[in-house]
This record gives sequence, C-alpha cells and structure tokens, in this order.
Amino acid sequence: MKKRLQRREVVHFLLHQRDDLMVVAGLGAPAWDITAVGDHPLSFPLWGAMGGAGLIGLGLALAQPKRNVLVVTGDGEMLMGLGSLAVIGAHKPPNLSIVVLDNEHYGETGMQKTVTGLGVDLVGIAKSAGLAQSMLVTNKTELENLRTEIYKKGKSRPGALFAQVKVSSEKLPLVLPPRDGAYLKNRFRIALLGPEVALA
Amino acid sequence: MKNLNQTKLKHWSEPVHLLLQEHKIKQVAMVPDAGHANLIQLCEADKAMQVVRLTSEEQGVALLSGAWLGGEKGILLMQSSGVGNCINMLSLSTSCQMPLVILVTMRGDHGEFNPSQVPMGNATETVLTAMGVLVRRADTHEAVVEEVAGALHMAFNTTRPMAVLIGQKVTGAKDFRKLTH
Repeated sequence: MKKRLQRREVVHFLLHQRDDLMVVAGLGAPAWDITAVGDHPLSFPLWGAMGGAGLIGLGLALAQPKRNVLVVTGDGEMLMGLGSLAVIGAHKPPNLSIVVLDNEHYGETGMQKTVTGLGVDLVGIAKSAGLAQSMLVTNKTELENLRTEIYKKGKSRPGALFAQVKVSSEKLPLVLPPRDGAYLKNRFRIALLGPEVALA
Repeated sequence: MKNLNQTKLKHWSEPVHLLLQEHKIKQVAMVPDAGHANLIQLCEADKAMQVVRLTSEEQGVALLSGAWLGGEKGILLMQSSGVGNCINMLSLSTSCQMPLVILVTMRGDHGEFNPSQVPMGNATETVLTAMGVLVRRADTHEAVVEEVAGALHMAFNTTRPMAVLIGQKVTGAKDFRKLTH
C-alpha cells in the first residue's frame, strides 16, 4: 500500500504562514495538530461540541465574509455532524474551507474503525450536499493545490470548499491547546475585532 | 414597546422582530415550527438578517457560537422537541461563556393532542436548566415580548445561554385532525 500523508505534516503545510486565516479545529487530534504548528489567537480548538466544528465555521464565515475561515477536523467529528454539510452546501459561503483529516479511526478512544474505513465516501456526500468543490487529497501535489484554494482571496468559488485528506493513523505526541473556553473565545474576538470587545 | 401590559397584543412576532432589529441580530438560525412561522417570515423579509436553515437544532448552537466569535449576534428558533437534540452542544455555550438566545415554541404543553410530544415537552425546562441555560417562560403574547427583551439584553451583556419558552396557550395546541378536514 502507498504511504499515506502524515497529519501533522499536512496541517503544518496548510497553516505555516497562515496570513489572516481563522481556524476552527475539531476536538481531539485535529486540535492537537493545529497547536503543534503553533498556538494562535485566531485558532479556536474545540474540546467538545462533537459534530459542531463545521457549523462554527459557517457562523464565523457568515459574520466575516471578507476573511477566510478554515475548519480542520477528523473523520469521526465530521461523521457525527454530516447534516452540517447540507446546511453549508445550501448556504454556499465562498470563504469557508473544511478539511477532514481522515485516518479512518477514532484516535482518542482506542483506534476503533470509523465508517470512512468501511467505504463511506465523504467527498461524495459533500458534493451531493452542494459543496461543488470537493476533493480527495492523497498526495503532496493535491495537498499543494488544496493550500492554494484555501488561501484564495475574494473567492470566486460557488460555495464552501471541502477536502477529505487521507492520513495515516499513528498515535502522535499530544500538543494541547489552552483548555479554558472563555479564554479561547475572548482572545479570538480581541484578535479579530479589537480590544474594545472585551470592554464593551 | 411602552405599556405592554396595558395593551392587548394581537401577536408577539412583530414586536419581537423589532427587538431583533434593535439588538442588531444578524443570523436567524432555525428548524421551523408553526408557532414561529410569522417571525420567520418577518426575518426572511428583513435584508439585515440572514435566515440559516438547519437540519438539526444543535447545529444552531454551534453556528451562533461561530457568529459570536466573528462579531455577529444571532438567535435560534426551535420547537421543544429540538431542545433534546441540543443537549451536548450546549456545553459549548457554557464552557466558552457564549451568549445564546433560544426561542422555544412549546409542544407537549397546554392542550397537546400528540402523545409523542409530551415527554420532551415536559422535560424541556429541566433539560435546559440541567445544561446551564437560564430559562424564562411566557404564556401570553405580552409576556413573550417582555421575556425576549429581557433575554436578549441579559444573554448578550452577561454572555450566557438563555431560552424563552413560548407556551402552547400562546401558540395554540395543534390538532392534525382539524388541520386536514
């Protein structure tokens, strides 16, 4: 079997020199992955809310139509919130990208298989839900293309971008983000909207 | 908005829509209920608001957390059966101290006809309270307006989740047998 992409390398490639990109990460490994690149005030790593990462991204993308939003999540989290693809597909925010790091396993609970390893095709689901630009990423060239698309400004695309990135399922060292949700929220809002939002 | 208690309101939806405008509510997230139909129409016709069509109610908790991160306010509309779908997602509101206002039209309440609506309707307030959501209840049109006004002010100023339960005495108990004949 061909060697799969490594999740930390994928996320590092997507997030180094991240411009003014706002990032939401699903709970578990994706939150550790974005933190391994470097903690950032415009990162919102989740510690729970499983199934909600995509919709947090949509709310943020609608509120900030001139800026790019990236949701990085795992296959388990995406599968719990499949309905969110229908909502995002219908509302077509051109500044939202959703990247699913698909290792086909629940990594935090003992590496049990998810249904993506049993043939469930997230790209097909996303396309059918109306995310016209949905791609499977299995190699470096496709990953480079994905990065280019995520950072495009003044999006001409007809809606959100979706990518399912097949990654290997090894267990990596934990790199934990701050755990205090109120802190994560406040620092994000201050970085985005200015210090006055904490005083208003 | 003055002397609400002195004047008999025809319907709560128009004054509540004005309150949403006043509070600069931009994202109206909803799984529709008949009791919200008037308000939804007013919001859809309002160019300053975007109605977001959810497929399940907990999505609205996540969506409006994202909206708040991005500097926008929203409101979440659902019927009481949808509250059950929201339970775990509400941890996002409490653990991050996100403001959230949910307008819940009650089923399984006064004069209910459908037995399947009763368990969740009966548990709605308990469930919300258990998850840390402050609950206010309104059983007249005037009280709906008053409680929504209070909840909008309090939720966004003290950054916490709140729900206003709109009783079936206000929305009227639905009987499908009467609707189809």
